[in-house]
Amino acid sequence: MLANYAIVGIFLVAAISFPLIPLVLAFFLRPKRPTPLKTSTYECGLEAIGDVHVQFKVQYYLYALAFVIFDIEVIFLYPWAVAFQVVGLYGLIAATIFLLMLFAGLLYEWRKGALEWV
Amino acid sequence: MDWLTILIIVIQCFVITLAVTTAFAYLTLFERRILARLQNRVGPNRAGPAGLLQPAADAVKLFFKEDIVPAMADKPVYLLAPAVAVIPALIIWAVIPFGCLNLNWDYQACYDPARTNLWNILQITDLNIGVLYVLAVTSIGVYGITLAGWASNNKYSMLGGIRSSAQLISYELALGCAVLSVVMTYGTLSTHEIVTQQQGGLWGIIPQLLGFVLYMIAATAEVVRAPFDLVEAEQELTGGYNTEYGSMKFALFFMAEYIKLIAVSALAVTFFFGGWHFPGLDILGREVTALAGPVAGSIVFGIVSLGAFLLKVVVFLFISVWVRASWPRLRYDRLMDLGWKWLLPVGLLNLVYTTVVIILIPDRVVHSWVLFGLGAITIAIAIGFNRTPKPIDNVTLVKDIQLPN
Repeated sequence: MLANYAIVGIFLVAAISFPLIPLVLAFFLRPKRPTPLKTSTYECGLEAIGDVHVQFKVQYYLYALAFVIFDIEVIFLYPWAVAFQVVGLYGLIAATIFLLMLFAGLLYEWRKGALEWV
Repeated sequence: MDWLTILIIVIQCFVITLAVTTAFAYLTLFERRILARLQNRVGPNRAGPAGLLQPAADAVKLFFKEDIVPAMADKPVYLLAPAVAVIPALIIWAVIPFGCLNLNWDYQACYDPARTNLWNILQITDLNIGVLYVLAVTSIGVYGITLAGWASNNKYSMLGGIRSSAQLISYELALGCAVLSVVMTYGTLSTHEIVTQQQGGLWGIIPQLLGFVLYMIAATAEVVRAPFDLVEAEQELTGGYNTEYGSMKFALFFMAEYIKLIAVSALAVTFFFGGWHFPGLDILGREVTALAGPVAGSIVFGIVSLGAFLLKVVVFLFISVWVRASWPRLRYDRLMDLGWKWLLPVGLLNLVYTTVVIILIPDRVVHSWVLFGLGAITIAIAIGFNRTPKPIDNVTLVKDIQLPN
């Protein structure tokens, strides 16, 4: 089985070399004449005003938090999904409780308004 | 492993990477030609016969373009981001079975889930956790886009990057749920076993009709294609996360997006449309083996199975272009609502269906069709809830306006 991961490793080397070759090749081919105006930040042709890293909507954080919880719960279900015909009733009940918790969590967030984009 | 095996694997890896990159180049041409046809235009047809050299012309242009690095950018991250975007898109292909060409010259081993006597050079490797690997690798792709948005130090890039990360993580849940129910129907995470279990015409779309619909919507959002391409909404964000990128670095982002599109289409074929299976393929293998021996039989079987797989993928790519030409972009709050309030609950519902039906009805054919019925009913109800409201009566349509003369 470990040999399979070695093959993935070889493929990873091929995949890393593929973006690098055109980048290096283009580095030697293209012109390079930067001027202060060319390298200034694009903002509709005007001079950039203020800092970029400003505050943004809190909703992004709420979605990210909800995502972490649900994604981990979905990943936990994968081992069960492979074996659920083998582990039988005990496994089924355990997974049902787990799924209900997942669903209750979603309903709670929904009712609390964490999924509203206002 | 001996040296010959390793040499074959290295060649295989480079050939497949090259093939995927070429496929990307021609997908851009394919998309532009089809989009043009759908909009009653001709599309690029000047470079070479029928525009077939257009991708080469584009590549030459991108190679010779000056590369402008913004003075304000966070340089190391700015330079790294395109590579971080494109590498995960490429390594998804490690586990996808494109076909079955057995180098032990026995085509029947292709139908064996246990892989005894099978050395398939049309699949790089068959990990026993293949599906999990795909999900893990697609998640890494988010970093490329987010880092590009952050490092460019441009307001448009920043907004595009944040939007994209929120969109990608929202739809990853729905994607995970859809793929989870696929895993439950087959009881395995290996892509080769998933394909072998679909032999005999009972393709994955029958037990997982609902899973397929969820997968297609979530996967379209995951590869940021229309109607979910808010990340690069030109009217609001100029270019989105890649506003400050030019020349080869821009090409890499473009490449990542399209390679991911081909990859999710290939996965849809693997999960729901029988992979490389095609009606009559086993008869062909048997007849050619009887006529010309096992070597010719395996080679013909391999080539035809590869052709069948590619044909199915091209159908999916065409549908993707068709959708892009037909549907307007969603508004951001509706996008989030669709992901969290529709796809996720329906995905959980599909998990419940799959569990209950498979445990109650052990027979594979019967439970597949029961699940098909349940899926169809659920889709009908969901569409009923989301009907477009009828136009208001007192609105005058343009064709009804009476012009004074």
